[in-house]
Amino acid sequence: MQNARLLWNYMKGNRLLYLGAIVSVGFATIFTVINPLVLKVTIDSLIGDQPLADSGWELNLINAMGGRGFLAQRLWIVGLLLIVLTLGRGLFLFLRGKWSAEAAEMIAKNMREKLYGHLQHLYYNYYVTANTGDIIQRCTSDLDTIRRFLAIQFVEIGRSVFMLSLVAYVMFSLHVKMALVAMAVIPIIFAFGLIFFLKVKKAFRFSDEAEGRLSTVLQENLTGVRVVKAFARQSHEMEKFEQKNREYRDLTYRLIKLLAGYWSLSDFLCLLQIAVVLFLGVYWTVQGSLTLGTLFVFITYEGFLLWPVRQMGRILTDMGQSFVAVERIEEILQQPSEQADPSQFRPEIKGNISFRNVNFQYEDGTEVLKDITFTIKAGQTIAILGATGSGKSSLVHLLARLYDYQRGSITIDGNEVRSINKKWLRKHIGLVLQEPFLFAKTISDNISLARLESEEREIYAAASDAAIHNVILDFDQGYDTLVGERGVSLSGGQKQRVAIARTLIRECPILIFDDSLSAVDTETDAAIRRALAQRGNQATTIIISHRVATLAHADLILVLEEGRLVEQGTHQELLHKSGIYSRVWAIQNSLEDELNYELSI
Amino acid sequence: MKTHQEQSFDSKFDWKLWKDILGFTVNYKREMAILAVIMLLVGGIDAIFPILTRHVIDNFVIPQKLEGLSTFGLYYGLLVIIQAVNIWLLITFAGKVEMGIGYDIRKLGFRRLQELSLSYYDRTAVGWLMARMTSDIRRLSSIISWGLVDLVWGVTMMLFIVVIMVSINWRLALIALSVVPPLVVISLYFQKKILHSYRNVRKTNSRITGAFNEGIMGAQTSKTLVREAENLNEFTKLTGEMRYTSVRAAILSSLFLPIVLTLSSIGTALVLWSGGNGVMMGVITYGTVVAFISYIVRFFEPVRELARIFAELQLAQASAERVLSMIRTEPEIKDSQAVHEKYGDTLELNKGELPEIIGNITFQDVSFTYQGGEQVLENFNLEVRAGETIALVGETGAGKSTIVNLTCRFYEPTAGNILIDGVDYRERPLLWLHRHLGYVLQSPHLFSGTIRENIRYGRLAASDQEVIQAAQTVNADHFITALEKGYDTEVGEGGSKLSTGQKQLISFARAILADPKILVLDEATSSIDTELEQLIQQAISILLEGRTSFIIAHRLSTIRSADRILVIQDGRITEEGNHQQLLKEKGYYYRLYTNQFAQV
Repeated sequence: MQNARLLWNYMKGNRLLYLGAIVSVGFATIFTVINPLVLKVTIDSLIGDQPLADSGWELNLINAMGGRGFLAQRLWIVGLLLIVLTLGRGLFLFLRGKWSAEAAEMIAKNMREKLYGHLQHLYYNYYVTANTGDIIQRCTSDLDTIRRFLAIQFVEIGRSVFMLSLVAYVMFSLHVKMALVAMAVIPIIFAFGLIFFLKVKKAFRFSDEAEGRLSTVLQENLTGVRVVKAFARQSHEMEKFEQKNREYRDLTYRLIKLLAGYWSLSDFLCLLQIAVVLFLGVYWTVQGSLTLGTLFVFITYEGFLLWPVRQMGRILTDMGQSFVAVERIEEILQQPSEQADPSQFRPEIKGNISFRNVNFQYEDGTEVLKDITFTIKAGQTIAILGATGSGKSSLVHLLARLYDYQRGSITIDGNEVRSINKKWLRKHIGLVLQEPFLFAKTISDNISLARLESEEREIYAAASDAAIHNVILDFDQGYDTLVGERGVSLSGGQKQRVAIARTLIRECPILIFDDSLSAVDTETDAAIRRALAQRGNQATTIIISHRVATLAHADLILVLEEGRLVEQGTHQELLHKSGIYSRVWAIQNSLEDELNYELSI
Repeated sequence: MKTHQEQSFDSKFDWKLWKDILGFTVNYKREMAILAVIMLLVGGIDAIFPILTRHVIDNFVIPQKLEGLSTFGLYYGLLVIIQAVNIWLLITFAGKVEMGIGYDIRKLGFRRLQELSLSYYDRTAVGWLMARMTSDIRRLSSIISWGLVDLVWGVTMMLFIVVIMVSINWRLALIALSVVPPLVVISLYFQKKILHSYRNVRKTNSRITGAFNEGIMGAQTSKTLVREAENLNEFTKLTGEMRYTSVRAAILSSLFLPIVLTLSSIGTALVLWSGGNGVMMGVITYGTVVAFISYIVRFFEPVRELARIFAELQLAQASAERVLSMIRTEPEIKDSQAVHEKYGDTLELNKGELPEIIGNITFQDVSFTYQGGEQVLENFNLEVRAGETIALVGETGAGKSTIVNLTCRFYEPTAGNILIDGVDYRERPLLWLHRHLGYVLQSPHLFSGTIRENIRYGRLAASDQEVIQAAQTVNADHFITALEKGYDTEVGEGGSKLSTGQKQLISFARAILADPKILVLDEATSSIDTELEQLIQQAISILLEGRTSFIIAHRLSTIRSADRILVIQDGRITEEGNHQQLLKEKGYYYRLYTNQFAQV
């Protein structure tokens, strides 16, 4: 019921429209049910000579239309009435379709936007472990399940209920015994359908899972095509695929056979029901307690009743699916988000940074940073060295409030970072991630992404500083080249450089390169650093790298090990301590000794 | 990828294409024949029921007698049972055909994908291929089975109804059927519109999926750029469009049904009018009028069904085009007919003895031009002795990967020859080279399964002992045994449960188990910690021992230990020699090397 309430909440703002759709279904059903009654009167009392009841709507209607004799001579009037009734039914069917679609699509639109907005504002670490495929599945196919439920299935349930009650009412008022016979099979078919579809849920799931396994083998084969080819494992792969392919076929076929049993049995029940009505009806008609027209009505109604009831089992089990979909979507929406940032503090940011006894741990309790203390003056360049997992990235993430620290204090220009509005803070920190994401836009749009008003000249300048300008010009469409699946795919190093360009263009007082030159060759790395220096860069710059040459010139070098700040100082100072820095330096520097040696030979 | 962009397909019915598609049913001739018979039966029996009703009315109700009713009821019941059995057979056989054909096409497609050259994969997105192999094939096999079943059922039933109505009373039949021509015209008009609008919906929908993908993959970046609000703004435009197109499509569909119903009611009205007059004049029986009225309702039932099938046929036609285009793509690189005859099938060498590979490789005046016309290599010459390690150095796009791809015969030269042990490699089967080839990638690719299975991928017949030995050789054993389940640890889809370094070591073990004669190493540029790098360096030097190796190198330590370094610029070798020699040239290599220590 929890889920039903959630669904009800989603419908907010569209409930009236939806109500309109359901009411329309009701009216359409009324018109549908009246139609055979008109035929009945026509068959019995206009064409035939059955006496009309002394009162009642039949008599009134016929009298209103000119009387029995008059109409019998002019059957086209009855025909016209039939057409008008159908038009009425059509009108309401149309309204149902229109309104339910409008409501359902609006609800879907709202939910899509809600999901997208929410996904934009989740905490940083959510995306670290997020399974993108799964989330997208929830945002698209689960959402579509709900949309279809609202647009089609729910209305269909309404229609069946209206139909069942209306037809039952008319049937019982026409002939009680006959009505009882005519309704006999309904509960059986209904229960049979419901039980069957609940039972075969598992078979459906087996088939789905087999298909999933098939897709995985396929996907891995396609993405690993070089490995497959290089090891000449095509036959092996074909065997693997064959096995999954056969499994999927067999499991699905088993499901289809189950369904065949269900549909044929329920068809049998329905046809049998019609036969029983027909033959008992004939018997009673001959006996005189039923007119031919009434028999006709019963047979027609049977058709109205049986097919929707037969579908009900399916629809009701699908309803279960919609509720599961609601749950899966709700799981995303329940993720805590940072959208509501209580802080409205927006101080000027110059770039004096200070960490004092900062401790940080992940939610699961893993300690990432322990007791970090250091100070940077505005305009300085800081370098950070450390093994993977030593906490380098976390350290800069804390600065941009991508995570929040538990103990200690981080200040920028004397203001505690935690008190500053997040977006304001991030606007002033140019953080280039190690694996930056480029959007499926043109290169030019990607660079001006965070500063939409950038002029072409500024874009070019930023790209030149990031040593990517000439590469871009080499593309067929230059800066208008589309990036991503439908455009060119850039190499890792090219992506990093575009990301640097889009950060430089923002002119932030604090610049952070989180190992963002790793995929760039050493020459380009040096060129970018030269360009940064020439830019008259006044920004406080933090560089994370494994290349000692990249770090050596910093005003301050921080060395992290397992979350602790184990060394800090300038290049010269650190060389004199025999620590990690000097060891890494020695490893990389031994190359240089060799160079000198080799050149001297 | 431009070659595979969705073309707005012509909605004309392509007879030839469907003939080819029906060719896939060849393995299911028996099932298709049985299905055809059952379809005729089902449609026929469905059409017969109203006559039975007419018979009952005219022979029992009107004359007011009951003799023979129970016998007739028995026949009727028999028909009901037959119909139920028919339905069972129908679903079972259609299901069998559907799953069977899907299985066959997938198998065929997968085989073709294994044969296709790397150049095909370079210009075709994996997602595109996935869609062909999954949803397109599913749609195709479903239309061949269920689509055909519904089509035959609908058409049979309508035909039977027409025949029965005409044979009962052709005048009344003509009157009743007078609504059919406008029905056909209106249906065609609406279906065209509806199809078109649903196509728009699907297009917008796939853009929304793309936007979600981007929104999630790029969320971290958006955060650092504070782009959340703009992103949502752009997204809102998309959802607005989606709502507009969807509602439009739904409205069009909702219009269609009332129109069909109205036409049907006009038919009913006409029958009632003229049939009713006929009854009163005594020229038509009651039963006939009742039967005609239910026939008209039944006649219109399949109309919506047929409209749906035609819509699906159009979709399926587009699917069929794409699937066939994939299956019919000829591999650009394949064994020649002569090689085929001498050594056997592309995927199975079963004839003729082949010599062992020693590992001498020669490029003779090799030129290479991409399909798009971009020339990468021109008259390239290179001689590599067995066991030599060649490091390729140069900028992205200079031609390093092309040289490697040509060596592996992932591509073939557009001019010139490549000789392996003195013989043009095109005179030998692809598999011969690939069986002796090791390829270690920058971003290692693992398959779901255990670590053991992944290492064994290098040599399927290897014993557990050999697998462990391979891991030990490349320093991987240590971290593997530290894992809770050791070699039986599941690596997850694409190796997602391991770190990049771990994946790399496993891929080394896999390569060394294969014991290739020729090894290609596409070195990782991205940072591996200096301290862990030592381990990997060691592993690499073990890997290279005694093999002809090509390394696309980024780490200077790797480059330095190569026997020969080639500096590639614009598809030419501009510098060549060992480390010392190149340093003395004081050219590009010198600059690259010294840059590591620039400004120190």
